[in-house]
Amino acid sequence: MISIDIQKKLLTADGPITLSAQLDIQPGEFLSLFGKSGAGKTTLLRILAGLTSPDAGVIRVDGETWLDTRQHVNLPPQKRRIGFVFQDYALFPHLTVRQNVAFAADGRHDTAFIDQLLALTGLDALQDRKPDQLSGGQKQRGALARALARRPHLLLLDEPLSALDAETRLKLQEELLTIHRQLGVTTLIVSHDLGEVFKLSSRVLVLERGRIVRSGTPAEIFAGDNLSGHFRFTGDLLDIQANDVVFILSVLIGNVIVNVIATQEEIAGLRVGDKIIVTAKAFNPMIYKLSSFQGETD
Amino acid sequence: MRYDWQPLALTFELASATALILLIIGVPLAYWLAYSRFRFKPVVETLVSMPLVLPPSVLGFYLLIAFSPEHLLGKTLLDHFDLRLAFSFNGLVLGSVIYSLPFMVQPLQSGFQSLPLSLKEAAYTLGKSRLATARRVLLPNIRPALLTGLVLSFAHTVGEFGVVLMIGGNIPGQTRLASLAIYDEVEGLNYAAANFYALILFAVSFIILLTVYVVNKRLLKPV
Repeated sequence: MISIDIQKKLLTADGPITLSAQLDIQPGEFLSLFGKSGAGKTTLLRILAGLTSPDAGVIRVDGETWLDTRQHVNLPPQKRRIGFVFQDYALFPHLTVRQNVAFAADGRHDTAFIDQLLALTGLDALQDRKPDQLSGGQKQRGALARALARRPHLLLLDEPLSALDAETRLKLQEELLTIHRQLGVTTLIVSHDLGEVFKLSSRVLVLERGRIVRSGTPAEIFAGDNLSGHFRFTGDLLDIQANDVVFILSVLIGNVIVNVIATQEEIAGLRVGDKIIVTAKAFNPMIYKLSSFQGETD
Repeated sequence: MRYDWQPLALTFELASATALILLIIGVPLAYWLAYSRFRFKPVVETLVSMPLVLPPSVLGFYLLIAFSPEHLLGKTLLDHFDLRLAFSFNGLVLGSVIYSLPFMVQPLQSGFQSLPLSLKEAAYTLGKSRLATARRVLLPNIRPALLTGLVLSFAHTVGEFGVVLMIGGNIPGQTRLASLAIYDEVEGLNYAAANFYALILFAVSFIILLTVYVVNKRLLKPV
């Protein structure tokens, strides 16, 4: 079990805040840190990794003390047995994919484990490429394989999928889940993507201005304002066309253009370029399974 | 007429020694300047860069005073290490190291600073010490800067005149470098001999710099 209790003063875009977090992480858990940017999510992750020092606090992992400011214990990242996946992947540009993974695993010439990780992340065919010959999603997989190569006690993922397109993101979410199931490594992911958090995590911590304001399963956390009997989309108004007594609005929602019928009263005050909300009751929607993912309507 | 190759040989010997010594002290110094949060770092940076703006004669003058057996440094070195720096080749090497320091340190420092911080942090999270990280991650990724620093400090040493004249004293076979020989030959109206040294220095400098640009372009190109 991992228990964390840390404080640190931070300067954010909205002024100074105090990051103050107490939490326990169970072995094998997939935990999400969810919140707006500037809430302190990444800092908390970096403190766990030993890359940032808190002002005060204690971190204990499976009976081992990683940090105790009162006793002046602060293990450097090298001694913490973590895997850290950076937002910019941080693959070493001069090494091939395989060398990147082997770099992490060295000391033990663990060829079989490296092969397994490369297979698990679907990189076996690309293992001799340098990072600059990989796509974003492939780099992400490489960074993940490298982080796992040290057999970490704790896998830390800092918005690992935020730079990827929607399709790749969904695919990698599936892969993350599979890998987590296979290796069972305790995982902490930072994300501001609600769908991602919902899909991946067994537990969510919501961070607001440096404090954990809610904690629970994704369903518990996001029931309420975010779960409702309505479809609710925001979009950009592209065009208004008169058609007999009604008007047809073309709205860009996500990357799909939707035509919506509106009355004279509804379009009063609307202009092309406005951001608008389109809602509909969701009592009886038609639901189909997609054989392959086609696109996303947000 | 017979051409004397010795000043040229001495010049390239000095330049090679200077560039190698600078590589050894430049890497840790540039690493420290790139990553340290020491409050007085700007003072150190200024000192390293001073040779860029100082007239070489100023540097040469102070070095000559310092090397003199009548002063503390020169006396200590002479008494305890039997090392005479004024008017000697060793003195030239030390002077050149100081004079060419910014040409090594500045490319290396900006090389380190241009690397994303996450590369270093990633190596740390993978259990690698600072030294292993510097050797296996940072240095291989600033190869163009290493080459630039080596070659610029070599070429800059080849082109020295003021410092080496002040502290070397133009002794044939010991401190008489090609750049000084050119001056001597012109003074003696031996334009042919002056042209011999000048042309070789020109050609060598051109080839060295051309190599840097060509190789660096290749190193920077995605493989």
